[in-house]
Amino acid sequence: MELTFPKRPYHTHGGAHVPHHKNTAHMETRVMPPPAEVTLPMTQHIGVPCKPVVQKGDHVYVGTKVADSSAYVSAPIHASVSGTVKEIAKVMMPGGQVVDAVVIASDGRMERDPAIQPPEEIRTKRQLYEAARESGLVGLGGAGFPAHVKLNVPEDKNIDTLIVNVAECEPYITSDHREALENGKNVLYGIYKIKEILDVHRVLIAIEDNKPDAIEALRKIADNPEMDPNDEVRVLPLHARYPQGAEKVLVQACTGRRVPIGRLPADIGCLVMNIASVSFFASYMKTGMPLTLKRVTVDGSAVQNPQNVIVPIGTKISELMEFCGGYKEEPKKIIMGGPMMGVAVTSDELPVLKQNNGILAFGEQEAQSMEPTDCIRCGRCVAACPMHLLPTRLEKYAERKDVEALKSLDVMNCMECGCCAYSCPAGRRLVQAIRLGKFYVRKDGAKK
Amino acid sequence: MNKLVVSSSPHFHAKDTTSSIMLDVIIALTPAMIASVILFGFRAAVIILTTVASCVLSEYVSRIVMKRRQTVGDLSCVVTGVLLAMNLPVSISPLIAAFGGVIAIVVVKQMFGGIGQNFVNPALTARIILMNSFPAKMTAWTAPMDHSYFDAMTTATPLGILSEGTGEALPSYLDLFLGNTGGCLGETCALALLLGGVYLVVRRVISPVIPVTYLATAAVLSLVLGRDPLFDLLSGGLMLGAIFMATDYTTSPINFGARIAFAVGCGVLTILIREFGSLPEGVSYSIVLMNITVPLLERAFKPRAFGSVRRRKAGAK
Repeated sequence: MELTFPKRPYHTHGGAHVPHHKNTAHMETRVMPPPAEVTLPMTQHIGVPCKPVVQKGDHVYVGTKVADSSAYVSAPIHASVSGTVKEIAKVMMPGGQVVDAVVIASDGRMERDPAIQPPEEIRTKRQLYEAARESGLVGLGGAGFPAHVKLNVPEDKNIDTLIVNVAECEPYITSDHREALENGKNVLYGIYKIKEILDVHRVLIAIEDNKPDAIEALRKIADNPEMDPNDEVRVLPLHARYPQGAEKVLVQACTGRRVPIGRLPADIGCLVMNIASVSFFASYMKTGMPLTLKRVTVDGSAVQNPQNVIVPIGTKISELMEFCGGYKEEPKKIIMGGPMMGVAVTSDELPVLKQNNGILAFGEQEAQSMEPTDCIRCGRCVAACPMHLLPTRLEKYAERKDVEALKSLDVMNCMECGCCAYSCPAGRRLVQAIRLGKFYVRKDGAKK
Repeated sequence: MNKLVVSSSPHFHAKDTTSSIMLDVIIALTPAMIASVILFGFRAAVIILTTVASCVLSEYVSRIVMKRRQTVGDLSCVVTGVLLAMNLPVSISPLIAAFGGVIAIVVVKQMFGGIGQNFVNPALTARIILMNSFPAKMTAWTAPMDHSYFDAMTTATPLGILSEGTGEALPSYLDLFLGNTGGCLGETCALALLLGGVYLVVRRVISPVIPVTYLATAAVLSLVLGRDPLFDLLSGGLMLGAIFMATDYTTSPINFGARIAFAVGCGVLTILIREFGSLPEGVSYSIVLMNITVPLLERAFKPRAFGSVRRRKAGAK
């Protein structure tokens, strides 16, 4: 079947019109000088935690591997500053689990590891897989799924579409927007490499239409015959409606296909990569420098100078805030990621992680949440759910720990996008309850 | 460093709250309230104030007696009060009107757990109970634009004229549209009700699915049965019911498919009662009857989760 390039996105169900607050979209990204020390936790990805491969007192360079794992679903971690390993400490992650972390005291010189060489020309899928693994790349859109696992498409699955995710539907966050504006050519280089190795001939750069300047910039590059000789890369503007960038919603908006429950986009011929991931991988192929830096959006009412910052991974949030002029008012809530799906952290001593694309500090007013009142059965959560679930019913069954009922209502299909709780006029903690419900279902499954 | 708030995502919330939604419904009912005062005089305002006061007081006292959080502030009791008044004739005694408010809030709403828990519409159920308790007083219609309450000219509602078959002239479409006919306070003026409906849809308080389906079904069935669809749409409580009663959050389905089925059921029952029932009017009963079916409809028309594959028949693996 002939593949066409859609001019308009396909219809997707539900979602919410969240305020954009893209305050930092028009500010140039600043590069942060090396911090005094960096903390590199062993879980900066979905999957098996890494084990440190350095010891206290070891000297490391920027790009030196400090942790790795032999597990398939895992990604190595590299030093983001040059200096000395100060200790292997215990860190409590935002999710509450305590993991090892390599703490490196910076010597301030940011010396590159002399052993770093550009990888040899990547031609095969096997080489692509190995390069992606060595680069330490994880999904930079926020989920942190190891990139090599995604790129290791089984032989029996035929990928016909590569979707580059620039939707950036989370409020405040503009790091992908800045990537598109500042680094578009690099993105296209990466796209061409990946699509040729995977033999994909349709690439859609999907971007919400609230970023007209980025759409124009990307179109200029993608419509330039020198950059895109086969004309196989096109920009597809999406409706600016949260959660347009969620993988399943994005695949549907771009291709009209629906990922079946429990399957992956690869099962319906799609590969979705975040723009920052593609761009990083392009740089890696040119230089061989693994993932040590990350562009994060620093914003929120408590931040003095909101902006995008390229920051060494592992920098403490407090130091990053200081670079942004410090706190304007006392922060009451600090969020890793966007306000819809981000995680509220307990302290600003936590480090910036690979998959963070934003750090938000909210003052008194923004940190307040609604006191929940009784459900009035308005049905807004049902209308907002992109996965066609019944959030209010799921909430009730989760409170009753009714695993069978939760399963019959496909609770595991919830991606926790937050549209239901956002829309709820009674301020019900729907996502929180559904998370609990998913936990009960998983626990029940493990018991059997 | 000070303590940070840690809560589950999302960390953002839309501006709408239960009370802002209820305030919107009250605003949407304002044209109908004004129309009722113009058509039926100052006494209409007295009835409205009576039912609202009775509902608010009932809610306030029942929450205290039940030792539950006070919910008067969510304004839902005010909405119930206004809707109840809209369903009463202007000649009703304020005492009966107040009694209706107590039934709606205490018996129908709070005894089942308060907002979101009642399985039938409080205002409509109160009206039905009053109808059965005081049938004569509840059907004593006074002519519109005649503000001499105590010796006011009695009249029949348009549907009453139709079902009695007395040969009295039916009101014109324009009179029906403007509400210049006999009837309950809020049901006669279709124009005012439509204005309120448009406001609710524009403000996204209700989706047009239920009203449009309800009215369309009623019109089609009316046509099929050889009645006058336009007359059916504009007379009786159909507009009020379709826009403000059938769309009540608590007693209508939460998912799309079930909403359609619910509204179709309301439309069919309304016209069947009008055509074959012994009562001239059937909107209250049809909505309350459909309210009872809501849990079944929600189960029958459960939305299919995104990406769910149609289950094959057992054994066809």
